[in-house]
Amino acid sequence: MIVRIATEGQYELGDAQQASLNELDNEAVAACDADDEQRFKRTFSSLIEFVRKGKPVGDDDLRPSDVILPPADVSLDEAKADFNGEGLIPG
Amino acid sequence: MPGLSGRMSTVIKAKISKLLDRAEDPSETLEYSYQKQIELLQNVKKGIADVVTSKKRLQLQEQKLRDQVVKLDTQARQALAAGNEELARTALERKNVAQTELQSLDSQVAQLEQQQEQMTASEQKLRTKIEQFRSKKEVIKAQYSAAEAQVRISEAATGVGEEMADVGLAMQRALDKTENMKARADAVQELEAAGTFEDLTSLTPGEDDIDRQLKQLSSTSEVDAELAKMKAELGTGSAPVGELGAGTPSAGAGAEQTQQQSPGQAS
Repeated sequence: MIVRIATEGQYELGDAQQASLNELDNEAVAACDADDEQRFKRTFSSLIEFVRKGKPVGDDDLRPSDVILPPADVSLDEAKADFNGEGLIPG
Repeated sequence: MPGLSGRMSTVIKAKISKLLDRAEDPSETLEYSYQKQIELLQNVKKGIADVVTSKKRLQLQEQKLRDQVVKLDTQARQALAAGNEELARTALERKNVAQTELQSLDSQVAQLEQQQEQMTASEQKLRTKIEQFRSKKEVIKAQYSAAEAQVRISEAATGVGEEMADVGLAMQRALDKTENMKARADAVQELEAAGTFEDLTSLTPGEDDIDRQLKQLSSTSEVDAELAKMKAELGTGSAPVGELGAGTPSAGAGAEQTQQQSPGQAS
């Protein structure tokens, strides 16, 4: 699967890695929901580091991503406002 | 997919479909998205130019503040050599404010530097994808049936569209940060206009507000420490008056004046 880290680039991960990705993602979401800045920074960095271990997708590759992550330097407030709030994504 | 990635994917994908959704047949999709791509590249270039302009402005302010720090330090020494500790303290307080601002400007310039690099890299990446898309669409049209070509071209357009949305997001974030810095630079300029970093000849009793700001902003203990250090360097304190400031320009100038005055008074 192809995962994009927003404002950074795309990485290709194997199917076997999808479970770990989901797990790390859920941890970041839990920290975000708990409104815990420290925990969010820690869990989100682990998620980003995990994706960065994947194979970078070449600039001349036009395949779209399966998953897109927020930028690596996203703040808890941004994460909450952009991805958690009522505005952008209903439901 | 739930989670942060799911939410983010939804946001970006909504942007992409909005970007591409005006065109219904593949050739229109191609032309429309290609046109959009070129437009975005131009915007990225403009964005980079904005960041560079802000950086230059901050660097100019940095230089002015550096000059002020040197000037205020000299003034503090002169005031102390002349025995005016209160004036020396005020000069050091102002120097302290200017130095704090300088540090914050330093880190902002570094941030802008990083943004400029990131945006330049984004521009390069987008340019490569656009070139790839342009050559690929011709190959697809030549190789596949109309229906198959439509599917493949849509996929490629989606991939490029995603890159465009991403570069758009990167640019938005960079420009937001630049805006914040501009606001900060304006605030520093206001402090400058209010005379916070000005030399002490402009100090008047009416500047209570600045004095209050100074007390808030500067660390008294730092100023005390620096004042003590300066005193030690100048040999003031318990040292006899005759040894005061030996070798310092202002004390030397004072001695010369005394010497010059003596013959004048004698004649």
